[in-house]
Amino acid sequence: MVRSRYIPVALFAFSIIAVQLLTALTDRAQFLTQLTMTGYYSLVIIGLCMLIGYAGQISLGHAGFFAIGGYASAFLTTYNLAPHKEKPVISIFAKTGLLLNVQDLYGGDTLVFNPWLACIAAVAVTVLIAYVIGGPVLKLKGHYLAMATLGFGTIVYKVVLGTSFFGAADGLSDIPGFRLLPGLEVSGKTSIRIQNYYISWGMVLLGMLLLTNLINSRVGRALRSIHSAEDAANAMGINTGRYKLNIFVLSAVFAALGGVFLTHYNGGIGPSEASIMKSVRYVAIVAIGGMANLWGALSMGIILNFLSLRGYFGSYDDAVFGVILILIMLFAPEGLLRREVFRGAKKWLSGRGKAEGQKA
Amino acid sequence: MTILEVRDLNKRFGGLQAVGDVSFSVQQGSIKALIGPNGAGKTTLFNLLSGMLPPDSGTIRFINDDVQRLQPYQVAALGMSRTFQHIRLFPHMTALENIMIGRHMHSKAGFIAGMLSLPWTRKEEKTVRERSLDIMAFLGIADFADTEATSLAYGQQRILELGRALACEPKLLLLDEPAAGLNMRETAEMAKLISRIRDTGITVLLVEHDMSLVMNISDEIVVLSYGQKIADDKPLAIQKNPEVIKVYLGEEE
Repeated sequence: MVRSRYIPVALFAFSIIAVQLLTALTDRAQFLTQLTMTGYYSLVIIGLCMLIGYAGQISLGHAGFFAIGGYASAFLTTYNLAPHKEKPVISIFAKTGLLLNVQDLYGGDTLVFNPWLACIAAVAVTVLIAYVIGGPVLKLKGHYLAMATLGFGTIVYKVVLGTSFFGAADGLSDIPGFRLLPGLEVSGKTSIRIQNYYISWGMVLLGMLLLTNLINSRVGRALRSIHSAEDAANAMGINTGRYKLNIFVLSAVFAALGGVFLTHYNGGIGPSEASIMKSVRYVAIVAIGGMANLWGALSMGIILNFLSLRGYFGSYDDAVFGVILILIMLFAPEGLLRREVFRGAKKWLSGRGKAEGQKA
Repeated sequence: MTILEVRDLNKRFGGLQAVGDVSFSVQQGSIKALIGPNGAGKTTLFNLLSGMLPPDSGTIRFINDDVQRLQPYQVAALGMSRTFQHIRLFPHMTALENIMIGRHMHSKAGFIAGMLSLPWTRKEEKTVRERSLDIMAFLGIADFADTEATSLAYGQQRILELGRALACEPKLLLLDEPAAGLNMRETAEMAKLISRIRDTGITVLLVEHDMSLVMNISDEIVVLSYGQKIADDKPLAIQKNPEVIKVYLGEEE
């Protein structure tokens, strides 16, 4: 029996393929670059949607987690270990194949961490930081929580901007590609553009599959109960503190993975990825997508990120997202694509269908 | 056997002694009522028992555990469930989902299992759903399973909240004014329902203003006034207790 929740996932898979075919038919393969990047940003969006829309907790610091993932991976895959080759730890790493020999721009040999190891390390660091930050911060509610997470985002931004290790204002560049499997590499080379489009959207598809499962599980129900009446949820035996922390960490991991892969795809990362305006943008997208509506957040994320990356908003890029946030908060604080709207439409349609059936 | 033993419980809010040196016990399988005029500290006492407020001093012994320092979810896990004076259902969730939340502690699926939708979690979900529907049937509200909880009629919301607490399979059920806002017929039905619940082996401690309900179904009654316990006896003795009469009817000049 096909469960109804897998139907949108299947439709999503078809549209991924359809969009790629469309770009091929209309000779617009250059769009694939921005679409691939949009995919990685979508990972941040869907993770954040779980936190904001389902668990009812706000974060204005998710660009920080994106940057932590991106920077950790960028640093580990570019920091030259060759001068430390003789040190025992490094030589053990080298022997077990965890290091990679890469040629730098001038043809010199550099020894760096394997992207797989860097990715795992980046996620581990993110999990650790998210637990340490989330533990105390999630005891706060509403705008206090917003301010605290804003503070976290600001710290990450200032740290990457002010640390020479991380390239200060220039960020890190010349990040090698990430070979997931032989013949499957995350990198910005034009020759493997189509492959990268599918890697990116494959990950989003997988993420959506996992999260729709989660929403429809015992955990998803517990998260929604925390959103609607936290004290009552606690009185029903739900360890609300632990659930809030876990979903915070999970959403941070989604953001960090987006950061890791986008950095390898772009071949670099700069401090603007950690900026507050990025965090605001993610929140605005989740808000316009309908808060507790994963598919709504995803579709809004796709449209707005793609338009932004194609440069349609010009120099007003950040302003556009600010305006969106203001308008949403004023006129549709529960989001534009709410589930209630869909439910209403469905009811209306089915009601009409029935009426017509009776007539016939 | 004593299921709940409260000893010298104190709670002060600034200059107000909300609960002062209150001690009482509840026998397993009984229905015990807490009554008293408005502001007597009944709801505060309930919040202390269920872990929503920490007491300033005193002990609460529930079966074999001291629970006065535990969080609400820990108290619930030990087998004490409650309802609220002002109904606290989960809005944006159906009646069935509200009951299913009550089954939370009797199921296990975590984040990883939930994301992967493992076969055993799907089986577990099915069991949770069936068990919740059974409870709704027991309460006579099965027809409203897919209705959004907060759009039910007020009386049905009271019963639904009771069902959510029952779904926890409590040993002790705390009911905070179960008949508040109900009409006479609904109150009588609620009284019957509470007796039926007691007959299934669940001990009930309730706060209530409706005297007919309290006198009809309670085995014992504790009377509070300004945070102090002034009586603890059987219903008939409470009705004749001069101090209780004074508190309820006022003192003659």
